[in-house]
Amino acid sequence: MAEMAQEPIWITGIGLVSAAGEGRATHAALLAGTAPPPVDAESHAPFPLHPSPMLELDRQIPKKGDQRQMEPWQRLGTYAAGLALDDAGARPLVAEMDLLIAAGGGERDMGLDENVLAALAGLPPPEAATMLNSLLAGGLRPTLFLAQLSNLLAGNVSIVHGVTGASRTLMGEEQAGAEAVRIAAARLAEGRGQSALVGGAFIAPRWDLLVLYHAGGLLRRGGYAPVFARAAAPGAIPGTLGAFLVLETAGSARARGARGLAQVMGVACEQARRSATDTSGAAAGRALARLDLPEGPLTVLSGATGLAAPLAAEREFLAGLGREVTLRAAGSRLGWGVEASFPASLALGALMLAEGLTPPALEDAEAPMTEPARDLLVTGFGAWRGEALAHLRAIPAEEQA
Amino acid sequence: MSAFLDHAGRPIVAVTGIGLVTPLGFGVAQNWAALLAGTSGIRRITRFPTDHLRTTIAGTVDLPEEAEGAPLTATPRVMRMAVMAAEEALAESGLGADGAFPGPLMLGMPPVEVEWPHRFELARRLAPAAVAYPDLTEAATGWTALYETAAFASVGEHLAARFGTRGSPIAVTTACATGASAIQLGVEAIQRGETQAALAIGADGTVQPEALIRFSLLSALSTRNEDPTAASRPFEKTRGGFVMSEGAACLVLESLSHARARGARILGVVRGAGEKSDSFHRTRSNPNGSAVIQAMRNAIADAGLTPDDISYVNAHGTGTPENDKMENLAMRAVFGEQAPPISSNKSMIGHTLSAAGAIEAAFSLLAIRDQMLPPTINHDEPDPAITLDVVPNVARAAKVTHVMSNSFGFGGQNVCLVLSGEPG
Repeated sequence: MAEMAQEPIWITGIGLVSAAGEGRATHAALLAGTAPPPVDAESHAPFPLHPSPMLELDRQIPKKGDQRQMEPWQRLGTYAAGLALDDAGARPLVAEMDLLIAAGGGERDMGLDENVLAALAGLPPPEAATMLNSLLAGGLRPTLFLAQLSNLLAGNVSIVHGVTGASRTLMGEEQAGAEAVRIAAARLAEGRGQSALVGGAFIAPRWDLLVLYHAGGLLRRGGYAPVFARAAAPGAIPGTLGAFLVLETAGSARARGARGLAQVMGVACEQARRSATDTSGAAAGRALARLDLPEGPLTVLSGATGLAAPLAAEREFLAGLGREVTLRAAGSRLGWGVEASFPASLALGALMLAEGLTPPALEDAEAPMTEPARDLLVTGFGAWRGEALAHLRAIPAEEQA
Repeated sequence: MSAFLDHAGRPIVAVTGIGLVTPLGFGVAQNWAALLAGTSGIRRITRFPTDHLRTTIAGTVDLPEEAEGAPLTATPRVMRMAVMAAEEALAESGLGADGAFPGPLMLGMPPVEVEWPHRFELARRLAPAAVAYPDLTEAATGWTALYETAAFASVGEHLAARFGTRGSPIAVTTACATGASAIQLGVEAIQRGETQAALAIGADGTVQPEALIRFSLLSALSTRNEDPTAASRPFEKTRGGFVMSEGAACLVLESLSHARARGARILGVVRGAGEKSDSFHRTRSNPNGSAVIQAMRNAIADAGLTPDDISYVNAHGTGTPENDKMENLAMRAVFGEQAPPISSNKSMIGHTLSAAGAIEAAFSLLAIRDQMLPPTINHDEPDPAITLDVVPNVARAAKVTHVMSNSFGFGGQNVCLVLSGEPG
């Protein structure tokens, strides 16, 4: 096999929107504090969630016509993507920039769904099927289809921000976010392009998604608790989350005088069946073997969701590393953002490394952090499937220029 | 050693197995024979009532288990066709023991979701109480099978379990370019040396009322319902939209060195891939064709070829007035006066959406294998705006060395693949 030059890959910009607000300063403050993010326990009771912050959409999506073509999910993603581009100062690169997005499904017209069910639920199936055609053909808004299509978040980022390199939209809940970052970094490392915009978005207050997640037994009932302290009522607390990263080769960043926030040393994804013979821990072990972590004490930024089984598997995996682990949980600070979760964890991790943050503990599982980390292991044990790991490293000042 | 590397020093990616399911039939042999015979697989929809619908035709794959019982929802339908295509491709390839494929799964599939039969079931559990979403959600308590049907990870999880693919299954969607994107992901993984093999699948099974109505509301579909077999008319003057369809294709991708070392039969190679996104409009390509032109040029350059080397183009050719005109324009921009013949399989199988890129890549390889160009059927009245040789109505013997397969997606995601015969 040919030897390919493996270019170092830097995160040069983050675009982060969560219940706490938007941008680097807001999230640095979130990491520096001990207050939980805002919780809305009423609007979607019995399920608590971390609500969407107010956004001035015009700042990133200047054309009202563009805003009207989207529903909240695509608007949030397009907005966060723009934040990342601005944070990186990477607007001049967009024409050849890769775009890797982890997407869910867009909003349904829930009012229409409810009306259709109310009208048809009592009818015999053949009659209901015929009436369904009529109600949908008359009730569905043409533009809503585009808002629902998963790849149209990428389409909107291309239209609004002009990002027109390679474009791939991945599906598969949390793991799609991890694979998006892995593939983006791998393409840049082998010299296919200089920069990539990668991320995802998730809107928490959506019954059309909660019905699915609750069917899967994924949601917590009750109030807020940090993710490793939910034994009494395990489950995820959905949190609105838009998370994008600008990844860039170190050469490209240096050439334009951009600062790297963190170096992506490696990303590795596995997926266990989560059975007795195919465990999360073994899958994570295979992923770990592909990373090159330094010896000694390790700081871990966990993507734990609050689900009992993956949480237990992650605990056991970390305990099995046989070294001192200092844990911080992204999910306690952001909520569960499904496709956006892994990119968001990397964004928080990059902030920690770039600014030398030592976030105070939110729960017993988080041991005190005495000094800033140089290396960070980011984990993503998905609520249902997916075991992903990433290794981030701080970039010393002398390597920046 | 260098015989196994391409012009850019990357491992050459061979195809050692192909599987196909389309409205023309099950399996490569049946499909290819029907395609060369110019057979249409478009028919009147019988899966659900079509009252109140503007379009009542589609390409449908009727699965054996549906002959009795209720039609499948999208997830099991996609899974079923993907499994059939992969079983055929793996049997041909002979790579890996059954259930132990030595590489990752790259799956092109449609977004799936909770569907109307599920919503009706939830409403039934509540009856006669109200059917607001909070109540539907409560009624879904404990229905884990619903999650495992409608989560995006579900199809990949199922296929990974069935075929024992390695690592994390990857599911991709780039609308109508999805199948090509899946192949591209597999090719890149092999070129990077991450793996020696990858299982690339494109599958779609969304011929159901709501999906049909959604496309219909975008005025994208042909409404020529009276004669279904004549409804899909790519490049023809009276074309009026595409015909929704479904199916699956699987390519077993393998580094040429690995395939040769185990003595596998090489069906062809994926010599190059190119893409370029459009920032023009959510459903239309820029009429100046700039992104599509660049995608084609990128693919040809990635293959280490020049436009003169392309013997045949397997069109995106949906049969919408705008697409075909723009594709013609882009072809002229890339190839000039000497444009190679181009034909659209969609004239026969319809638009298989997320599967199209993979199905059409499979047909492109078969064109090389048999030195035959499949036709564009329903070509009755030439469109003066279409100046290309569209291989009208009848298959044609030709020297076929390098084929470009075009896939252009809603949302502006354009992917072109270059497929070639076994290297000497």
